[in-house]
Amino acid sequence: MNVIKYKNIFLSVGGVIIAASIVCIAYFGLSFGIDFTGGSILEVTFNDERPSIEATEDAIAAAGVTDYSVRTTGDNGFIVRSPFLEDQQRSQVMDNFEALTGSDSSEASSTATTSDQVVTDEMATTSTTTAAGVIENRFSSIGPTVGSELTRSAIYGIIAVVLGIILFVTFAFRKVSEIVSSWVYGSVAIVALIHDILVPTAIFAILGVTMGAQIDLLFVMALLAILGFSVNDTIVVFDRIRENLQTVIDKNTDDGFADTVGISLTQTYARSINTSLTTLTVLACLYFIGGQSTELFSLTLLVGVIAGTYSSIFIASPLLVKVHEWQQKGE
Amino acid sequence: MTKTRITAALILVAGILLGLFAYNTEANPDSEYHLQYGLDLSGGAHLVYEADVSDLTESQIDPAMSTLRDNIEQRVNALGVSEPLVQVETTSITGETRYRLIVELPGVQDVDEAKKMIGEAPLLEFKLRTGNGSNPTPADDLFGTSSTSSAATTEADNYESTDPQLTGRFVESAQIQFGGGQGATNQPVVLLNFNDEGAEIFANITTQYTGEVLGVFLDGRLISSPVIQTAITGGTAQISGNFTTDEALELRDRLNLGALPVPIEVVAEQTIGATLGQTVKDKGIQAGIVGLILVSLFLIGWYRLPGVVAVGALVIYILLMLLIFKLIPVTLTAAGIAGFILSIGMAVDANILIFERVKEELGSPNASMQDVIEEGFSRAWPSIRDANISSLITAVILFYIGTTLTQGFAVTFGLGVLVSMISAITISRTFLLAIAGEERTSLKHTLFAPGLRSGKEFNEHTQ
Repeated sequence: MNVIKYKNIFLSVGGVIIAASIVCIAYFGLSFGIDFTGGSILEVTFNDERPSIEATEDAIAAAGVTDYSVRTTGDNGFIVRSPFLEDQQRSQVMDNFEALTGSDSSEASSTATTSDQVVTDEMATTSTTTAAGVIENRFSSIGPTVGSELTRSAIYGIIAVVLGIILFVTFAFRKVSEIVSSWVYGSVAIVALIHDILVPTAIFAILGVTMGAQIDLLFVMALLAILGFSVNDTIVVFDRIRENLQTVIDKNTDDGFADTVGISLTQTYARSINTSLTTLTVLACLYFIGGQSTELFSLTLLVGVIAGTYSSIFIASPLLVKVHEWQQKGE
Repeated sequence: MTKTRITAALILVAGILLGLFAYNTEANPDSEYHLQYGLDLSGGAHLVYEADVSDLTESQIDPAMSTLRDNIEQRVNALGVSEPLVQVETTSITGETRYRLIVELPGVQDVDEAKKMIGEAPLLEFKLRTGNGSNPTPADDLFGTSSTSSAATTEADNYESTDPQLTGRFVESAQIQFGGGQGATNQPVVLLNFNDEGAEIFANITTQYTGEVLGVFLDGRLISSPVIQTAITGGTAQISGNFTTDEALELRDRLNLGALPVPIEVVAEQTIGATLGQTVKDKGIQAGIVGLILVSLFLIGWYRLPGVVAVGALVIYILLMLLIFKLIPVTLTAAGIAGFILSIGMAVDANILIFERVKEELGSPNASMQDVIEEGFSRAWPSIRDANISSLITAVILFYIGTTLTQGFAVTFGLGVLVSMISAITISRTFLLAIAGEERTSLKHTLFAPGLRSGKEFNEHTQ
């Protein structure tokens, strides 16, 4: 398979993927989670069969909460997303949920009122055992200021990673600027990175519509890790090009550069694919076995690693040759 | 050669020792080197309070925050959770500096109660008994969890606040004294010293309502209901509520701590139920083990003998990471475990780079096995170095943008990159050199040839 020979095809495929991802993101939109917007997430599990969504919604509304959304989770649970909940509202919601389970704890305590202390204690014990008709698994609440801070730091983080990578790639390839200047390596690496980030983001946009996935801090971290992984892959290929430029080829012929890139790619395929395979293997384990809290995180990484492997073989190197051709024509 | 083999043997022994350390420290319940799990795995509450410092001048803020931390720490300690954490954090990412207090309460059961204990000053109230309430029974579990016991609520109905209200706000200091109780002589009582304003109100009440019952309520619970014997103008009051010594000490402390130096409110919170945390932890560990097994099978299947070496190096890598987690110690969160598992996949990268290079070097027929391997390593090194530096840059930045729970990913990922780079170039290299010997044989070619080709095909291919 000669990637460089068919570079236009692969670059076009890459272009289509990038375009399709942008369309997906634009069309479906991204839904940002409470990490960035502020708000609360309450996850509960009912011990017995969970009440209907309607009943649950009524219970939440009765606590004076507006703008909430309810989704089912697991066999007997709900995830309630809402604006920032005050303590009082949250415990009201939990009380209302409790009432839905049918175990009426207020009755139990009113009996206790007339009894003396000892009996009160006993009743309290009984009512805690019956009162656990609904369990609060998780409650996260983020105030609006914290949300806007996290948004900022996420944006700063992305900028810092991208800048750091451009600078590093430019630095690492400073000695190979004789044919293609080192900033071209850096810029080409960035194009590959844009591809790698757009693909998982597009998938997330689709998941947002189909299963309510929201962009949270963990997603941003996954994206940045993908950046790291993908540039890592690209660097290995570029390193080989750097090495081969010094040894293998008569670089003064017209096709010298393209051939060097082609050979370097052939030499690094196996490594790129095998490293991706081991990484994908552990990520697949994390996705299928690792449980709910890191499910979307590992899915993002899975998609990103696949995109990253594709881009370092089929986008970065062909593009490098393409840029070189343009520069030659320009001369 | 002998030297390499001795080194390889030493590394193996060290690996076994690392394994024993990891196993023993986990198996021994008293060990101080247990892996530490974050709140999202062990269950508990992570609370972020923001302090309102708008009324303070620049120079007052730091002392106020440290007093605040001490205050909250004392209140948190009273909750009885193990290893709570209270720390001040300042952030100025939106331009204006904000002062926060992070409170972590591992394994706390009742978060509402905990937040009440942390955020609110103890509410001490003096109320007059109005009608014909039942004989007052001082609640005996003053600091029990059921603070809104129905009995106390009913009692409260029979009392009404004085005008102006007399509350703990007017308490200047509190102390305990023994022997002043109504029953046994060694029972502790809490002595209150009111400030001037409080003393005046108290004097008025005791003058006006001599002979009536004055109920003392703490956080809405009746703790004592003495009869006012005579007007008290000295500004001191005594509460005898059938306290145990501990309860009396605690009440004294809470009253002395009084109001917080600055008002605080919860700006972010994360509460994880213990069962959910346990499930996440178990599943994460399971995913890690299955991932390791699959990666090992792949490595051995594809890279054969070097694959076995890589698996050995990978196991030592994991044990080294566990050692680091235990010694630093690194608190493992769900994101942290994910980062660690991801690093297992990426840790083999350096090995793979090296093996691919070794395979290429096998093409030069005159080199000895030692030369082949050394050459493979030195050629793979620049790639390994550059690739890992870019990952490290990412990890460091991730650490800076993360919150306490997500930073775990950056920590395990970054450590993983660093440790795997070191383990690949030292451990794998030594093992390979030790196993390979000097001479080139067809068998060695088969054993070192990656992929699906047999040694014979490979020999033909490379020559």
